[in-house]
Amino acid sequence: MATLSINNVRKQYGSVEVLKGIDLSLSDGEFLVLLGPSGCGKSTLLNMIAGLETISAGEIRIDQRVINGVHPKDRDIAMVFQSYALYPNMTVARNIGFSLEMRGQSKPDRETAIRRVAKLLQIEHLLDRKPAQLSGGQRQRVAMGRALVRDPKVFLFDEPLSNLDAKLRVDMRTEIKKLHQRLGTTVVYVTHDQIEAMTLASRIAIMKEGVVQQFAPPQEVYERPANMYVASFIGSPTMNFVRGTLSAEGDRLGIALRRDGGGPGRFLPLHEAPADAGRWLGRDVILGIRPEAITCHDPSVAAGNPALVKVDCRVNVLEPTGADTITYIEMSGQEVVARIKPSDMPVEGQSADFMIDMARANLFDPQTEQRI
Amino acid sequence: MSSLTSALPPAEGLGPRIARWGLYLILLLFAAYYLLPLLLMVATSFKSPEEIRTGSLLSLPRDLSLDAWSYAWNRACIGADCRGMAPYFLNSVIIVVPAVVISTLMGALNGYALTKWRFRGANIVFAMILFGSFLPSQVILLPMAQTLGVLGLAGTAGGLILVHAVYGLAFTTLFFRNYYVSIPDDLVKAATIDGAGFFQIFTKIMLPLSLPILVVTIIWQFTQIWNDFLFGASFAAGGAQPVTVALNNLVNTTTGVKQYNVDMAAAMIAGLPTLVVYMLAGKYFIRGLTAGSVKG
Repeated sequence: MATLSINNVRKQYGSVEVLKGIDLSLSDGEFLVLLGPSGCGKSTLLNMIAGLETISAGEIRIDQRVINGVHPKDRDIAMVFQSYALYPNMTVARNIGFSLEMRGQSKPDRETAIRRVAKLLQIEHLLDRKPAQLSGGQRQRVAMGRALVRDPKVFLFDEPLSNLDAKLRVDMRTEIKKLHQRLGTTVVYVTHDQIEAMTLASRIAIMKEGVVQQFAPPQEVYERPANMYVASFIGSPTMNFVRGTLSAEGDRLGIALRRDGGGPGRFLPLHEAPADAGRWLGRDVILGIRPEAITCHDPSVAAGNPALVKVDCRVNVLEPTGADTITYIEMSGQEVVARIKPSDMPVEGQSADFMIDMARANLFDPQTEQRI
Repeated sequence: MSSLTSALPPAEGLGPRIARWGLYLILLLFAAYYLLPLLLMVATSFKSPEEIRTGSLLSLPRDLSLDAWSYAWNRACIGADCRGMAPYFLNSVIIVVPAVVISTLMGALNGYALTKWRFRGANIVFAMILFGSFLPSQVILLPMAQTLGVLGLAGTAGGLILVHAVYGLAFTTLFFRNYYVSIPDDLVKAATIDGAGFFQIFTKIMLPLSLPILVVTIIWQFTQIWNDFLFGASFAAGGAQPVTVALNNLVNTTTGVKQYNVDMAAAMIAGLPTLVVYMLAGKYFIRGLTAGSVKG
């Protein structure tokens, strides 16, 4: 149980700056997910929290104690590795108890602690086996047991599920969440999987090239992405980006879509004006719409909600996935993806009426790609 | 391998069958070619001098006589000293055991430090150590003689232990370094977080995982050091000489009638330990202990 704060942390390898000033702060019991593509510095940051990498500048505190110069074993953290890193020469029980052994705990104490953790993770029947005799999911559990046994202040997870098959990954994800709910320990979890990030995190830090792009709760990251990078990294299919100009039509502010050929396109009225609308009036913007914000037109629904804007578009391709049908439509010459209920499925090659929920629209600056 | 060959369709027709038997025949000839000297030595060592004089070189001994062995072991004259091979055999054991243990452990420690505690210039250090394995042993004779003189170890067993341990370090470091490269760094990181230090990680995790390479290194070092003649002849004085030098002296100092059976028995005595080590430890050669250590 602890708070974690990361203040302006930098990491340099020679002249290459891998982390360019990271600021994150977690309150007690939070579940932070560091999300990003490989090479974004998320694992480096995790290793720095663990003490496996030195900190070039800035400071990391656990419970207000600066841990920059503290040896990993004295930081009161535990880590689960992507490769599990189980000691192949030791039994499961000794693997779990190794950290206690190194800390000079007596054998009976160790055995009690090992039993407790094994029971929690339901691996009591495996205690006498060697890691080589375990399945992937069992190894994963042992790796977690090894972290749990010491009751650390902070848990660090380094892509713990990426070596499991798809089904097991989903199961273990739920288990990790349950475990966190039960223990309430502060967690830092590294992954490149957006679903893991969304499902587990209390807050997500999305990283790119050593910079945190957005640090917010999952739903906020999803609904109000800080920039186009975040918007496209989270969500599948990815958010639609439509080019247009912020303009006024009568007393309504909206986006005049631009045709690919250059001619004027459709006008989509905004539900709420951005903060500094005056500065942006008449300038090019990018409209970001999630696929599920575009649905088939339903007059009874549209009538009660002024944010829903009706558009008619040509349907290019349908991709049924079972739960939804991914529909590629053409809006003022630009291709847009919509997520449609299978029962509403339109016909390929024909025009159909759709409605866009403009309350869920995002505007981005085409130059900086930042949210407006 | 056997499952692989049995999965192939069996050779059919006369042509392939003849080719196969031809192959076996050639292999048998080669095996015989290499085994014949050994057979000759063993057979001769069990013969009496009369039988050697009268019988054929290739015939098996008529009645097994252990006289030559016991004579070679503790009565044969090596120079003026007629105590047989036994004291020199003991010398070799006294030299080989510590030299093998020291060079193997140091090599393991070097390999561990070079792979898991990488420091600036680790590759250069490794390249320099590696260079040592390309040095012909003759090159180090003079500098080593001077060094032993300065250290006061000239002509002693301790001196020979030092020579072999240092000379073997290049090879043992190479073996362990290449083995430890394949052991995941995450193990060391996990152990660091668990609270183990440099030597604890080495003794509790790395060494237990090292059995296959440990055996390879021990066999290699044992064979090299036991069979060494050059260093033994150069750096050991009289009583401290290893068994190889003693064998040479025994064969050269025989006066009167040449006792071939004693020579052969002495040669067998000098050669047996390496054979025994191969037979005892050989099976570990192929054991892979790290299987499944990381991910499935």
